[in-house]
Amino acid sequence: MTALVIRGGQLVDPAAGVDGLKDILLKDGRVAEIASPGKLKGANGAEALDAAGLVVAPGLIDMHVHLREPGQAYKETIATGTAAAAAGGFTAVGAMPNTNPVNDSQETTRWMQAPERGAAVRVFPIAAATRGSKGEAINDYAALKAAGAVAVSDDGLPILKDNVMREVLTSAARVGLTVIQHAEDTRLTHVNGKAASMNLGPASFKLGLRGMPPEAESSIVERDIRLVTELRETRAHLHVAHTSTAAALNAVRQARRSGLRVTCEVAPHHFLLTDEHVGLYNTNAKMCPPLRSAADRDAMIEAILDGVVDAIATDHAPHAVHEKEVEFENAPNGIIGLETALGLCLRWLHTEWKLPLGRVLSLLSAQPAALLALKGRGTLAVGSFADVVVFDPKAEWTYRAAEGKSKSRNTPFDGWAMQGKVRWTVSEGRIAYSAGV
Amino acid sequence: MTAAATTARRPHLTPPVPPSPFPYNPGSLLSVMDLSLEGLSRLLSRATELESMDPLLRDRLLAKRRVALLFYESSTRTRTSFELAAKGLGADTTLVSSLSSSIEKGETLKDTGLTLRALGAEAIILRHNSSGAAWLLEAETRLPVLNAGDGMHEHPTQALLDLRTILAHFDPVTRSCHPERAQRVEGPAVPVEITADTLSGITVTITGDILHSRVARSNMLLLPRLGARVILCGPKELLPELAAHAGPGIVIERDFEAALKQSQVVMMLRIQAERLAGMQLDLDQYKTSYQLTGPRLAAFAPTALVLHPGPIIRGLELTAGAADGPQSAILEQVHNGVAIRMAVVERALTAAWQGGRA
Repeated sequence: MTALVIRGGQLVDPAAGVDGLKDILLKDGRVAEIASPGKLKGANGAEALDAAGLVVAPGLIDMHVHLREPGQAYKETIATGTAAAAAGGFTAVGAMPNTNPVNDSQETTRWMQAPERGAAVRVFPIAAATRGSKGEAINDYAALKAAGAVAVSDDGLPILKDNVMREVLTSAARVGLTVIQHAEDTRLTHVNGKAASMNLGPASFKLGLRGMPPEAESSIVERDIRLVTELRETRAHLHVAHTSTAAALNAVRQARRSGLRVTCEVAPHHFLLTDEHVGLYNTNAKMCPPLRSAADRDAMIEAILDGVVDAIATDHAPHAVHEKEVEFENAPNGIIGLETALGLCLRWLHTEWKLPLGRVLSLLSAQPAALLALKGRGTLAVGSFADVVVFDPKAEWTYRAAEGKSKSRNTPFDGWAMQGKVRWTVSEGRIAYSAGV
Repeated sequence: MTAAATTARRPHLTPPVPPSPFPYNPGSLLSVMDLSLEGLSRLLSRATELESMDPLLRDRLLAKRRVALLFYESSTRTRTSFELAAKGLGADTTLVSSLSSSIEKGETLKDTGLTLRALGAEAIILRHNSSGAAWLLEAETRLPVLNAGDGMHEHPTQALLDLRTILAHFDPVTRSCHPERAQRVEGPAVPVEITADTLSGITVTITGDILHSRVARSNMLLLPRLGARVILCGPKELLPELAAHAGPGIVIERDFEAALKQSQVVMMLRIQAERLAGMQLDLDQYKTSYQLTGPRLAAFAPTALVLHPGPIIRGLELTAGAADGPQSAILEQVHNGVAIRMAVVERALTAAWQGGRA
């Protein structure tokens, strides 16, 4: 494999405690050498990228995406979803199992990682926690892990039964896998089998839409924490997906104080938008969990700033245009997010709310790498995988969904001002994305 | 987080909610909020003018213009009065209902709307079981869309005809309603001028299944803009506390008789069995607390005007004594629907393309 040298950039690697002007040499898919500008020893003959004025950081990791393959290639494929990831600066994605068929087997887990899928960046399957994600029978976690699964989850659906969730936590802990829970008490969010379509609050009343109460999320998080407390000696790791309510965050905060392995992620839309952004039935503002109240949104911001939140994850959920051009209550949940995460995080978390750049990047790389135990990722220490993002931290630009790499366009951020433009994304030493190409 | 950290918390600047692009078409009536007070005055005045106009002259106003009625839910009053209104102005109407069209075959609202537009429809009157459907149809067709009821959300023409009924009985001097004397104007129409004080001093109680009611939502948004106070009344299952935040001038009173005592207008709503969706409601207890009966009316609101958007379920939300009694204006509401809808249909086909149409 050819070597690649990235010269003159500001290397920001929070996991390694590095923040300074460095040249970095990538060789055979790994970080080979880091040195002050012009001081690399082994860079002769390597292809060079000029990163002067740019930030060079560990490739971003989105631990929560839906790539829609197998089964729903009209929404997204592994190739298009990972191309979108690369364009957004991501070098690794955690692919949720709500595919068709549900990824609850070694076969599907391997299929998703096969070279024939044409992935631009690394795909880490998150396997279903239960057979068919039906919340009943536990899958064979050792086998799934051996096939490459990095966590288990029934995302999109919660594991409601206490005894099943207890067994999921225990079995996953035994093989060292994280359990990612989509916390939603569907008994509180469904009426006669039909899902409510937004947050329960003044906005849902005004719009005449059935609402999902915040307790539907927090009660499951609290229940799960009770189970993790009971199972303390197993060192079970519970990770709360797409946290959206202040109450759920408080539960996570308390659990952490008691020394439990309970972590959480927050999506950009949940720290930026509220249920008022649904406007007059904008189906591109419909997702589950839904956009919440301003108080909940503010709690997300506070929890990111004070460190309770472990990762930013997009919950990238592509849907075809025609699927969203329907009555609000009939539209599917979900928005795409891979190409807007960095731009929104820099614009809002960093510039507006003053979260230091290193911490923003850590939430988008080192911390999710740790949560999924991805060895050699989320850092650019010598010997790590050569997963790199190079971006202009000051560049302001306007996001146009129609120009995106994702197959789908369902986003509430179309036309939004972004900050920080990705110049190159390098996946295991290979340029996966180059701006303007 | 410590108390000190909490107090040190600063408000964060967050992304603003973008302004609404609706309505795309100036002829649309999606919500009661689409009308300014001035527009409301014009519409009410025009309704009276059209009502008193020679039918043979009125018939020429929209001669051969094409109006589609697109109905996904059953309807007697709204459909018939929209149809009579459009035909009364000379327009050609066509009715598409979900049970006898390609909707049954899975055609989407967008495609049905585009099809109607391609067939020459210049405006679409939509009744739909999903909240927000009228906004979707307008965004996709850009035609004037008249919202004839969307799910649990709004029913603007119903609120307008309710307002017309209230005003017909309203005495601006005593600031009260007189059920016994409807001010039905014969002869030349007097222009109506609506201001933010037109109904000040008036309390309207809306009672019953507020949660599922588009009539309640349109009225609770419209009437306070004219100075009225709106009391919402009903049990928690049908009237969540959240409703009080829907807009200014709205309060909740769970005690029906206490609400009646304060009211000049009492609007009763049907229990929408089709939307109750598994909710447990004790109907006997409901009737004991919230049914409007002749004696209850006589005891607590002997001069109030009784309204009901229909269909009424006698013996449930109200008794025959209340429905057919001297205080009832229920059939007058139905009658007012035609005049209001004539004005709304005319507005749809004339406001829309000012200067832009050959």
